[in-house]
Amino acid sequence: MDLPLIWFILIAVLWTGYLVLEGFDFGVGMLMGLLAKDNKERRVALNSIGPVWDGNEVWLLTAGGATFAAFPEWYATLFSGFYLPLLLILLALIVRAVAIEYRGKINDPVWRQRWDWAIIGSAWVPSILWGVAFANLVRGVPIEEVNGHLEFVGNFFDLLSPFALLGGLVTLTLFLSHGALFLALKTSGDFSKRAGDFAKKISVAALVLAGGWAIWTQLAYSVPWTWAVVAVAALGLLAVVWFTRVESYGRAFIANAVVLVGAVVLIFGSMYPDVMPSSIDPAYSLTVDNASSTDYTLTVMTWVAVILTPVVLLYQSWSYWVFRRRISTDNIPEHSELTFLKK
Amino acid sequence: MLEALDLARWQFGITTVYHFILVPLTIGLSTLVAIMQTAWVRTGKEKWLRLTKFYGKLLLINFALGIATGIVQEFQFGMNWSNYSRFVGDIFGAPLAMEALLAFFLESTFLGLWIFGWDKLPKKIHLMTVWAFAIGSALSAYFIIAANSWMQHPVGADFNPETGRAEMNSIVDVLTNNTTLLAFPHVIATAFLVAGNFVAGIAVYWMWRKHREDKNHKDLGLYRTAARFGAVTMLIAGVAVIVTGDLQAKLMFQQQPIKMAAAEGVIHSEESACFSLLAIGNLAGDDPESVNHLLCVPGLYSYMATGDFSAEVPGLVDLQEQYADRYGATDTAGNEIQYRPNLMVTYWSFRLMIGLGAFSAALSLVILWFTRKGGYATANWMKNLAIVSLPMPYLAASFGWIFTEMGRQPFVVAPNPDGVDMVMLLTQYGYSPNVSAGEVATSLAVFTIVYAILGVFWFRLIHRYAVEGAPEVEEPTVDEDGSRPLSFAY
Ligand code: HDD
Ligand code: HEM
Ligand code: HEM
Repeated sequence: MDLPLIWFILIAVLWTGYLVLEGFDFGVGMLMGLLAKDNKERRVALNSIGPVWDGNEVWLLTAGGATFAAFPEWYATLFSGFYLPLLLILLALIVRAVAIEYRGKINDPVWRQRWDWAIIGSAWVPSILWGVAFANLVRGVPIEEVNGHLEFVGNFFDLLSPFALLGGLVTLTLFLSHGALFLALKTSGDFSKRAGDFAKKISVAALVLAGGWAIWTQLAYSVPWTWAVVAVAALGLLAVVWFTRVESYGRAFIANAVVLVGAVVLIFGSMYPDVMPSSIDPAYSLTVDNASSTDYTLTVMTWVAVILTPVVLLYQSWSYWVFRRRISTDNIPEHSELTFLKK
Repeated sequence: MLEALDLARWQFGITTVYHFILVPLTIGLSTLVAIMQTAWVRTGKEKWLRLTKFYGKLLLINFALGIATGIVQEFQFGMNWSNYSRFVGDIFGAPLAMEALLAFFLESTFLGLWIFGWDKLPKKIHLMTVWAFAIGSALSAYFIIAANSWMQHPVGADFNPETGRAEMNSIVDVLTNNTTLLAFPHVIATAFLVAGNFVAGIAVYWMWRKHREDKNHKDLGLYRTAARFGAVTMLIAGVAVIVTGDLQAKLMFQQQPIKMAAAEGVIHSEESACFSLLAIGNLAGDDPESVNHLLCVPGLYSYMATGDFSAEVPGLVDLQEQYADRYGATDTAGNEIQYRPNLMVTYWSFRLMIGLGAFSAALSLVILWFTRKGGYATANWMKNLAIVSLPMPYLAASFGWIFTEMGRQPFVVAPNPDGVDMVMLLTQYGYSPNVSAGEVATSLAVFTIVYAILGVFWFRLIHRYAVEGAPEVEEPTVDEDGSRPLSFAY
């Protein structure tokens, strides 16, 4: 197998890790607004992802860094081309990191409420925009050769086609059901039950939207072998609906993760050998070959990835195991935090 | 298009300097907190546990904003500097990816284990998590500095005329660049200076306050320990910063002579060059001839650059000619290339870096003197000095970066004078040509405003938690069946 292909697959793996893990973080963030009834329950939701959300986000940073190292042209054209959507995503991630940490630091309902809005809002924005971005990669965007470089020549509104917007709804619903199932598993009592009930409804919406989008992708933009992926994803979506019905949430969560894996395979599979297809002329498409680094760099990076990724997986799994217990409102301590000094 | 370039430069400068206001405290304080917790595990003394919790909380408040601003860094090369990314990606991307894989995962995962793990992990394993976090943050500095040093002094790479980009031929050379090997300890020492001053400054304030409440207050000893611990850190770090800085200066004199000449305002080549303490004239740049040094230490600059008080050092006028011969007199648009960086910025940022940093290192001696033999530092002036000193090393570190980065201009990848031909890039060719000035202006405005707002919260929280003082603590124990309230919860 040649090195650019290996790196194309590795980058798909990094995105998979990101979507599967941060997917439920975002879901939980959104559901803090939709499901939690009071401050205690919002804290239950937040603390269910408390120890792990930052580690989950590093999958994104690694995907970004790895794209830079392995496919500099892709990194350059993609992030300068998708400038405004990426700006919105970055803003959401900035606000989110601070909001999660600062929310509980001052014991004041107004303070908490404002940060709650920040946490909720900053989960919605990327949940939609990641889908929009990926759908655009599948569909192709206006790319042309300018001064010897393949540059994005479209504008923000070119990125908002119906296909792309549907893609946004797909990630949105998949993350919502991922988050709901995570909460059903990680919390207990009434809150867990409500999360399960929500998963029952949202998984049906996910089935319709994600199933529809997958078939659209397959018919309009893909290659024959990805029919198998579509089939697996469809079975996964059905399994999520079924397992939530019978309240077997662990299985449903795994099935939903399989759907997310399927989505990444479908997206990357239909792009290959392009990494950014041009909608103007295929001759202008960025491909795994014309966008990649030298064989030397790819070889070095392969060794680094092969050695380090298992280690990372090992200690991240350990951290999930340490925090495996369900959290209930009984586990939430009273606020012991400080108030602002009155001047 | 100059406009988009300028905006992109402002944006990079603002976001990076902001990120680096938070970074040194994280790097230094994570290790100091790890040492405090180790002292507690070893001695069982409650005061160390209280200090761990106190400074640990401040560390977390800082860390959150550090992450938030770091995320932008990871993507902004592609967003605003796409041609730069294309040119250097084959080399520069590797340390960046390694930083994420080796350092960020370690940092973030073990930080989660540390803050939420007090009642989940046995004492010794819990102690290991804070060390893993501290090591992760130092590692992240290593890789990012390797990347940055490559831009100051490209090694292990060739220019490939066919692809028009620099390509790596040795990762070992890139990671063991002599520039990196000096810049890394210099920056790490800076981080400890910042963190040591932070620990000591707050502790001195508290010693003063407790002493006013009650001359025999039981917490006086606690804060004295912290103050001395911080002061010793500052002293060691201060010496390390100066030693590594001086070595760096000698190296830089060979690698980027024009940066050094600009920092010194040396216009014409001279022997026994003096180290200027105060200069007047048009440092802003149009007319180097007008620069006049009022106060100058004879021979010192020659010594700093070469180790010999009487050596000849080249001046800006000669260097400009040399550079023009070697790297071309005009750019692609036919404009003359000005190879000297902004004199005003390099001259003053260099002096502020040294001056403010030295102030902080000197403060450590004062604190150690007044707390010797079981004494407490309780004078009003002492407390005021401690508080005023808090921002000093931060400013020194920021000026250090401003000096390094602005001194490299007009290059974004400075040429290596000993070969590796053509591996260099002028900043003006690095930005993203397809991103409009309006887009950059939007993101510049949005980031600046959001950063400013978050900065206010950061400051108010650090301040609030600092003036609350070290909390009373209970000995942590492992919660066997998960029935207790969490020891830490958001
Ligand atoms: C690519 C790697 C890289 C790294 C690791 C750094 N820089 Fe840098 N810096 C650049 C790449 C760069 C740049 C892309 O080359 C800039 C942007 C525009 C420019 O002229 O150079 C630059 C400019 C630049 C400027 C001046 C902006 C201007 O010229 O208008 C400052 C003050 C800093 N940087 C500060 C920092 C700090 C505080 C860093 C550490 C946290 C840092 N840089 C790391
Ligand atoms: C300009 C290049 C830089 C990039 C691309 C970059 C990238 C990042 C990113 C993505 C994060 C967030 C990681 C997380 O979520 O845990 C981060 C945090 C961090 N970075 Fe940077 N960074 C840069 C400069 C630096 C420099 C020069 C240093 C050290 C000398 C540094 C040290 C750190 C540390 C210690 C953190 C931990 C968070 C904190 O600051 O509190 N970074 N950086
Ligand atoms: C507390 C903060 C700091 C102090 C006290 C400090 C102090 C010093 C000193 C004493 C020197 C040697 C000057 C000489 O002998 O010529 C030096 C050199 C240097 N420092 Fe710093 N420094 C600090 C932070 C930084 C930071 C954060 C950077 C960023 C990378 C930096 C970059 C440099 C560079 C590049 C040199 C080489 C000198 C040259 O090229 O002229 N410094 N520093």
